[in-house]
Amino acid sequence: MKKAAQSQSLIGLGLAKATLLSGVLISGSAMALGLPEKEDLTFGFIKLTDMAPLAIAYEKGFFEDEGLYVQLEAQSNWRVLLDGVIEGRLDGAHMLAGQPLGATVGFGTEAHIVTAFTMDLNGNACTVSNDVWEMMRPNLPTDDEGKPIHPISAEHLQPVIEEYNFMGENFNLGMVFPVSTHNYELRYWLAAGGINPGLYAPQRGDTSGTQGAGVQISVTPPPQMPSTLDAGTIHGYCVGEPWNQQAVFRDIGVPVITDYDIRNNIAEKVFGVSNEWAEEYPNTHLRVVKALIRAGHWLDKNDNANREEAAQIISNSYYVGADYEVIANSMTGVFEFEKGDVRPAPDYNVFFRYNATYPYYSDAIWYLTQMRRWGQLPEAKSDDWYAETAQKVFLPEVYEEAAASLIADGLFQPEDFPDFEQEDGFRSIDHTTFIDGIKFDAHQPNEYLNQFSIGLKNDDTP
Amino acid sequence: MGAVLFKLKQVSPTAWNSEKLREVLLGSLFPILGLAIFLSLWHVGAQQINTSLGTFPSPVEVAEQWSNLVDEHQQEGQRERAFYERQEERNAAILQENPDAEVRWREFRGRPTFFDQIATSLWTVLSGFFLATLIAIPLGIVIGLNKHTYNAINPVIQIFKPVSPLAWLPLVTLVVSALYATEDPMFSRSFLVSMITVTLCSLWPTLINTSVGVGSVNQDLKNVSKVLRLGWLTYVIKVVIPSAIPMMFTGLRLSLGIAWMVLIAAEMLAQNPGLGKFVWDEFQNGSSSSLGRICVAVLVIGVIGFLLDRGMLLIQRWVNWDKSAITR
Repeated sequence: MKKAAQSQSLIGLGLAKATLLSGVLISGSAMALGLPEKEDLTFGFIKLTDMAPLAIAYEKGFFEDEGLYVQLEAQSNWRVLLDGVIEGRLDGAHMLAGQPLGATVGFGTEAHIVTAFTMDLNGNACTVSNDVWEMMRPNLPTDDEGKPIHPISAEHLQPVIEEYNFMGENFNLGMVFPVSTHNYELRYWLAAGGINPGLYAPQRGDTSGTQGAGVQISVTPPPQMPSTLDAGTIHGYCVGEPWNQQAVFRDIGVPVITDYDIRNNIAEKVFGVSNEWAEEYPNTHLRVVKALIRAGHWLDKNDNANREEAAQIISNSYYVGADYEVIANSMTGVFEFEKGDVRPAPDYNVFFRYNATYPYYSDAIWYLTQMRRWGQLPEAKSDDWYAETAQKVFLPEVYEEAAASLIADGLFQPEDFPDFEQEDGFRSIDHTTFIDGIKFDAHQPNEYLNQFSIGLKNDDTP
Repeated sequence: MGAVLFKLKQVSPTAWNSEKLREVLLGSLFPILGLAIFLSLWHVGAQQINTSLGTFPSPVEVAEQWSNLVDEHQQEGQRERAFYERQEERNAAILQENPDAEVRWREFRGRPTFFDQIATSLWTVLSGFFLATLIAIPLGIVIGLNKHTYNAINPVIQIFKPVSPLAWLPLVTLVVSALYATEDPMFSRSFLVSMITVTLCSLWPTLINTSVGVGSVNQDLKNVSKVLRLGWLTYVIKVVIPSAIPMMFTGLRLSLGIAWMVLIAAEMLAQNPGLGKFVWDEFQNGSSSSLGRICVAVLVIGVIGFLLDRGMLLIQRWVNWDKSAITR
């Protein structure tokens, strides 16, 4: 694989030089990569700020540079989006990192979905309703100015839940999809604060995930979160932007913690395609990844200099559609907690830094451990199984080839990417920090799971 | 509005006199008065409603959003031109490098604007309604003529008539994706799903009204046709259908109204292209202009529904043998 990519990049380099003279980039890379097998593509997305790489690749002509003619279609929820990719209505989509993994291991809809591109890191937060915040606020430790000290532990939610239960009410929380990043983040945060978020028991047909739960977590599509919170159906939620900042602007809720504080810099959304599609259209796939890498790079270039323009673009009604101010709040390096409490959050959305776009096996394995921890995988799996499944779904080899081609095109430097000669797809153990201080070693997922007091471990079955 | 125009048309220029003039003025005064009262109530009422997206849009804001939507449509046109220019440049560059190269020209695939969505919805509703009519009228005639067939089919009609489009939709979606799996489809699946849902929900009024119209053919006419020994087909064409036409059209107008309502709901739920999707997308956007844009869509849906009904009325007047019948 590596050799092939290298020789290709050498050919590409010569050709790129020749074509640069005539000012036509596309034909140079076209020779090196081969023409796309499919040129008219439809990609799905959900109205969230982290769909930005798709919008940018479209608006900045990166797709067209690769000879691809793309249409972007907003989808109503994650389920519809996933089905679209499986049925072939969509060629690819902005997906939750857990979706390709969940589909491939057969939790929920079963289908082999793969990804060669991570769209971003971080970008989520947990928000509670104003009522819940009022009950939490007095007990929170504060700094000299009287502002709450972040990160806020879920321990402070415990008395509120008890009060709700005392009044005979369930404490309801929303997340966006059973295998979503948000589900795992919310559960991680709750469990780290001593609250049991409940287990799934799919082998007995129980996919509600509420077994033994102290709180009831259910599914709500992202854009509907604020109105569902406002209606009182849920008392809090974990979702991506702009739907936490929207709650602040609309004065219906208060974000209490960002996912950066729960666990940082793990793949958040990925660009997913069906395995069948990837095998049928390898050149197209490579070219899509190339265009997306350029878009990710554009978004983070020069210390986020382009973020305001990006926020402007995605505030269009056919993309995310929320007001520019709401989107810009989290996209431009700050995050507003309680109204007026604006804090710096430079890494709230990461699109390229820290090798954000590279599909790391270790990130996939973390998601698989969480599926096991909460019972979506009811039976114990070997450490090898985790690595094999990650390799089945995450395709760094495609990414590496796309990167080599971009370097050959003269658009990127080798330093922009991980050192592919050395890279084994596993991030260093210290790369990610967790709110409970537990270290994640992707080489030993079972040992990792055994450290948690809440959740499945060893041979437990829900 | 329509009534005023219709009245104006009826007055021939030569026949202007004070009485006609008075009639026209009175005829136009009340619709204008009604609209004015409605707009002022809306304007005052809107300020009282504070949603989490700001106050409810007033007529002025809605007009602004309308012009925004027109602008967006024009911008999309500019994008289209820019796309073709880029394509021309690119192809020219390729040809310059290699004159024998095979260049490709491709169509612009723009994103649907508000006006594209209107066109999609109209096309879908008319197709669905046409299909419903094609089923309902022949079936209605058959069950209207024969009491036993009517008794056989009636339970089915009664059971399916009240089913909501939202209940049909999942079934239709699944069946269409199971049965319609061609590589190069003539219609998109989303179109078929919307259209069939519309058909299923809108055929009942036409069916029932046709059967009642056919069943209540004047006894004198029946006797006459017996005396004349008319053949079955001649009887149906010459006697039954003309006398059932008023009822049939009442059914058709009800059906078309239902079809239009059902379509918007189906598009919203299934995210199929059209005005329903536009409304849902705006609701999901939750931007400060969303409410205004939804109001524009609501008004447009209303006006289109009204125009569809007027269209049916005109056809009814044209085919109705009894020109003195009051139709409104």
